Amino acid sequence: MACECHATEEAAEQQILDIVEAHKNRPGPLIPILDEVQASLGWLPKSAIITIARSLGVPVADIYGVASFYSFFRLVPPGKTKIQVCMGTACYVRGSQQLLDALERKLKIKAGETTPDRQFTLESVRCVGACSLAPVIVTGEDCHAGMTSAKIDKMLKPYMQEEPAAAKRG
Amino acid sequence: MGLTDIEAKQTKLTAVDRSHVLICAGAACVASGAMEMEALMKAKISELGLTCEVSVFDTGCVGTCDLGPVVVVYPEGTFYVKVKPKDAEEIVTEHLLKGRVVERLLSRTPEEHTVPTIAEHPFFAKQQRIALRNLGVINPEDIQEYVALGGYSALAKALTMTQDEVIQMVLDSGLRGRGGAGFPTGRKWAFAKEVEADQKYVIINGDEGDPGAFMDRSILEGDPHSVIEGLAIAAYCIGATQGYAYVRAEYPLAIKRLQIAIDQAREFGLLGAGIFDKLDFDIEIRKGAGAFVCGEETALMHSIEGLRGEPRPKPPFPAVSGLWGKPTIINNVETLASVPVIVEHGPDWYSAFGTETSKGTKVFALAGNINNTGLIEVPFGTTLRDVVFEIGGGIPRGKAFKAAQTGGPSGGCIPASMLDISLDYESLQKAGSIVGSGGLIIMDEDTCMVDVARFFLEFTVDESCGQCTPCREGVKRMLEILTRITEGKGELADISKLEMLAGGISKTSLCQLGITAPNPVQSTLRYFRDEYIAHVVDKQCPAKVCRALIQYDIVPEHCTGCTLCAKHCPTNAIHGELKGVHTIDQEACIKCGECLARCRTDAVIKV
Repeated sequence: MACECHATEEAAEQQILDIVEAHKNRPGPLIPILDEVQASLGWLPKSAIITIARSLGVPVADIYGVASFYSFFRLVPPGKTKIQVCMGTACYVRGSQQLLDALERKLKIKAGETTPDRQFTLESVRCVGACSLAPVIVTGEDCHAGMTSAKIDKMLKPYMQEEPAAAKRG
Repeated sequence: MGLTDIEAKQTKLTAVDRSHVLICAGAACVASGAMEMEALMKAKISELGLTCEVSVFDTGCVGTCDLGPVVVVYPEGTFYVKVKPKDAEEIVTEHLLKGRVVERLLSRTPEEHTVPTIAEHPFFAKQQRIALRNLGVINPEDIQEYVALGGYSALAKALTMTQDEVIQMVLDSGLRGRGGAGFPTGRKWAFAKEVEADQKYVIINGDEGDPGAFMDRSILEGDPHSVIEGLAIAAYCIGATQGYAYVRAEYPLAIKRLQIAIDQAREFGLLGAGIFDKLDFDIEIRKGAGAFVCGEETALMHSIEGLRGEPRPKPPFPAVSGLWGKPTIINNVETLASVPVIVEHGPDWYSAFGTETSKGTKVFALAGNINNTGLIEVPFGTTLRDVVFEIGGGIPRGKAFKAAQTGGPSGGCIPASMLDISLDYESLQKAGSIVGSGGLIIMDEDTCMVDVARFFLEFTVDESCGQCTPCREGVKRMLEILTRITEGKGELADISKLEMLAGGISKTSLCQLGITAPNPVQSTLRYFRDEYIAHVVDKQCPAKVCRALIQYDIVPEHCTGCTLCAKHCPTNAIHGELKGVHTIDQEACIKCGECLARCRTDAVIKV
């Protein structure tokens, strides 16, 4: 088992090194590198940041400084399904705060957190650009228009069904 | 390669098709199921063997977002709205096969008259689409359609002129930066042209961060070539050979379409070495990583360089020392999309639109509490009243117009008493707001202006880069005061404290984010001071929004005892028997509003 883990870790490291190598010689490579590493790992673990720092020859703190500055980069692993409540102005004036509150109560986590079973990550986001459908919630790739708290259960249902399987794996 | 060669290279002559079906692939239409509908439509078309006479493709945001998904069938321009997947088949069998318009899917005016074609739709009547000229008209993934409508001929024309002549043209047109600051575009270019350097850069600013603004996204998604052409003209004028397109990572479709457009332009010799035998220029896309402050040009350049997106003091201006210390100009997407038209039609044509000092047109993203939400482009000088009531169709559910918020977190609110204000740079500034990037959020009587101000400050506190103290600490203090006020714990002195802090922050912050951060508070204090007073003195929220100042009650006469509210109350604060009148235990109530949302008999009210 340990062996297998080690092998995946090595594979991940090699993947990071390949990404760094591909971008190294272009001007301003760091953000495209972080972007690709996150795309392949789902987030930016500490080990990945250290690997990037070493292969670029810059201090870890510099990389961390950049990664923590931009909200796009995740320094904690996300849940399986991302729930984004749009808090753009149009959604806000149509009641998105109530939706966020309802989801926080329902999932028992705060915005920005992940449920302990790693099923859901709840986020409040700034404008997804679907202002005419306000208020809007995005789950995974799906955009739910004209949301009300009464529609939340129905919206979550397809994702909730996977729960038993996830529990078994755990 | 010359333009005629490019036209000759067009393999697919569009005239061959009998009908063109354009499906709006803007965010709102996609979210309403446009893609499923398109798939069904394509399946039916191929089933009936119509594929060689009818072509179906995605187009950029048509603008009528509340009517989505929308479908336009050319050559007639038949305008179908709210087309559900189940309607796809009927459009194919009726319209495309038999030539019969599907009446029930046409748009209707408030007087219930059908609107057969897009050109006749009242939403477009007062608009002047220049930056949005090709949205909803062409297939953004096909350069040949852009070229067929005169695309890249402005670049060809510019390259036959001297750099100074083109810059003069842009100067004469009166075009000003559409990203927010409103700086004359031609002047920016002239500065950068004058600086001697071995390398210069041009950048597309597609880091559209204002919540409620989606015009840059729509242009990049719907007409990416116009932006590339505009940037190439800018590059020629200042002598740059490398361009960057900085686009938000949150806009994957815009990035994809822009990349397709860049690749196609390279293939056609419109990017790369020897463009029209005169210009060497190429573009690379860089993704923004989710920091609002990166819309500020010095922060944006730091981000491209791979650093934290922190702004730096100006001067030196980017035109002198920008990306990697080289002269750089940064133009907004909408600004660049307007450039080819100006070069093509001349500055006089463009400056005929607008007011004395605000020339041309501006795209606004109309949203909030308004009937027709969407993307509109009007000449500067159009009144807010025309936009809200003529184009926007007024306020839903018979509510009263309360305010229009312009310019996002850097802007302000325009009250109902100023509905006749002319939308232009100067008038809005005089009113304490800004044009900004063009977000226009309409608020009705149910909106609390103190809460709106608090909302914007929460945004700015979140997005402050943290470098300078006035913005990092000052705005946070203002947010604390506002939060206190909305919680009913404010006092009169808080209002003067807010004003004092606002003045200090806008005088001493490093960049525009901090300088303009107090604007939403200052403008709401200016026009809605009585609401602040009501919160502070009477401990009341007139719009019944601020949770600490309201309570939920059940009107016994309306309550049927259906138990729906009690069932969904998260704190079990509602008691009552089935078919009996329910009551709310105010001690246990957390004022989440769930009962109000669930009640079907209007028995739950806010007091």
